[in-house]
Amino acid sequence: MISKAEKRVIGQRLLSAFRAAGAVEIAPDILLPAGTLLDLYGEDIRARAYVTSDPIRGEVMLRPDFTVPVVRAHMDGGAEPARYCYLGEVFRKQDHGDARPEQLRDNEYLQAGFELFSRDPGADAEIFALFYRILAPYDLRPVMGDMGLLTAAVAALPLSQARRRALAHHLWRPRRLSRLLSRYSRPAPAREFAETDAPWTGMRSGAEMEARIASLRAEPDEPPLPAEWSDRLARLFSVDAPAPEALEMLDALAAEINAIAPPLARLRARIEAIAVQGIDPGAVRLSASHGQREMEYYDGMTFSFRAESRPDWPPIASGGRYDAMTRMLGQGREIPAVGGIIRPGLLAELAQTAEGARC
Amino acid sequence: MLKLGVPSKGRLMEETFAWFAARGVTLSRAGGAREYAGKVEGADLALLLLPASEIPRELAAGRLDLGVTGSDLVRDKLAGWQADMRPLTQMGFGHADLVLAVPACWRDCESLDDFAAITRQFRETHGQRLRIATKYHRLVRAFLSEQEVADYQLVDSQGATEGTVANLTAEAIADITSSGETLRANHLKILEDAVIHASQATLYASTKADAGEIEAFSRRIGL
Repeated sequence: MISKAEKRVIGQRLLSAFRAAGAVEIAPDILLPAGTLLDLYGEDIRARAYVTSDPIRGEVMLRPDFTVPVVRAHMDGGAEPARYCYLGEVFRKQDHGDARPEQLRDNEYLQAGFELFSRDPGADAEIFALFYRILAPYDLRPVMGDMGLLTAAVAALPLSQARRRALAHHLWRPRRLSRLLSRYSRPAPAREFAETDAPWTGMRSGAEMEARIASLRAEPDEPPLPAEWSDRLARLFSVDAPAPEALEMLDALAAEINAIAPPLARLRARIEAIAVQGIDPGAVRLSASHGQREMEYYDGMTFSFRAESRPDWPPIASGGRYDAMTRMLGQGREIPAVGGIIRPGLLAELAQTAEGARC
Repeated sequence: MLKLGVPSKGRLMEETFAWFAARGVTLSRAGGAREYAGKVEGADLALLLLPASEIPRELAAGRLDLGVTGSDLVRDKLAGWQADMRPLTQMGFGHADLVLAVPACWRDCESLDDFAAITRQFRETHGQRLRIATKYHRLVRAFLSEQEVADYQLVDSQGATEGTVANLTAEAIADITSSGETLRANHLKILEDAVIHASQATLYASTKADAGEIEAFSRRIGL
């Protein structure tokens, strides 16, 4: 059993490394207004965060992550470029459904994080290289993804704008995405809408329903997605290899899906930039669909570092680019933002297991 | 002596009494209709009458060895319930489905896929997530997460849930229904492919109870 004090020592070491990389320490509140978080993350966050109520402030949440309060603090008056770091607890319920695990997972644990608000195209490489260097002493497996590739590919499909937008919306929900894709790949059967004498009820308006019915009625006229396109998407989503090989695979795909060329060029520049910093690109795995399993607001680079010896653990570090979140929080303002977190507690446990193995 | 908890009133109590009577165990209230102690003939049992909603908690704590309650209550109230109790048998009454219901006037909503598309449209149009009123938070959330429906929020409703849509406090509801009559009266319709849980009265044994005694009792009533 590793004490919280020992975990905090590792956290402090990470924090020093972040400060040395130019970050200013920031200490967000532990009790956060629930509304913003619920609006952003939806019910998933209510299932995972501790919600309580304040007689004056209303529903509040025990901090489930740092990103939202750090973005808010920056938007309330930070200058760019800005680098922030932090160390503190996050709180997550562990609801496993019908069964209960033998060993309960922690419901409060430390996160050490670094967030960078900058318009510099090199920001992604800066963050990834920083995390890579800090985590180099541990036996971890770095994986990088890029949601930009997937969104560009979906946006280029020969489909109506409504259908492309529906697909883009469900990128993070793989089964719904593939159901929609197969539906769009066949001619849509004409659909009947039964009349009803039920009186109108609820806030959704009749006009909203009529608009949807009109677009559903138009569907049979839409040409189905040619089979080669779902095949191309499937090949893109399954690219998963060491960076140099993955880039070659993506080059080949870009000949068929021209629209991925710009995000691919950015990805290549990023890999070259981290190579200049002394990181072997062959040691970084590129997985095109990596971001689909991450937070919904990552819309560019995503990354995670997992313990080779503990595939059952959550990532020890993770992060990515989340411009979309700053757009949601900024009400029209958008700040390019990229960052990530490391879990000092998991690093401590990993170090202990490694020592145990040596004894 | 094993302690058995049975719902303290209504049809659920009567049908439970009848179910045990058919298996040679006579349960009754000890005194008049207002007393919550029970009398047992035909088995070495202590009978306690208490609200169906409290039976899961009492089984989990081990204060009851056996209990009759709806499987919906167990699954919604107790995360990891399988560690606390095991179902001995489904009792064949108290059938009720936890369903997702939408306004009957929504002619374009016949399936969960329609519903998912409508939640997305609603969020874009109204700038807020479509609200589902329910008291079964965990079950509804787990079901919609499994079905990858994301653009909604739950609002808590502990009673008269069918009225929330007309009152504009929700756009859809998730509630228990057996006949669907209350839903129809409130101009709501059930999405056929969105039955979240099919519940019925179930006899549970607490995992804290003496396994030998439970085994003997199960044999005694022919399980």
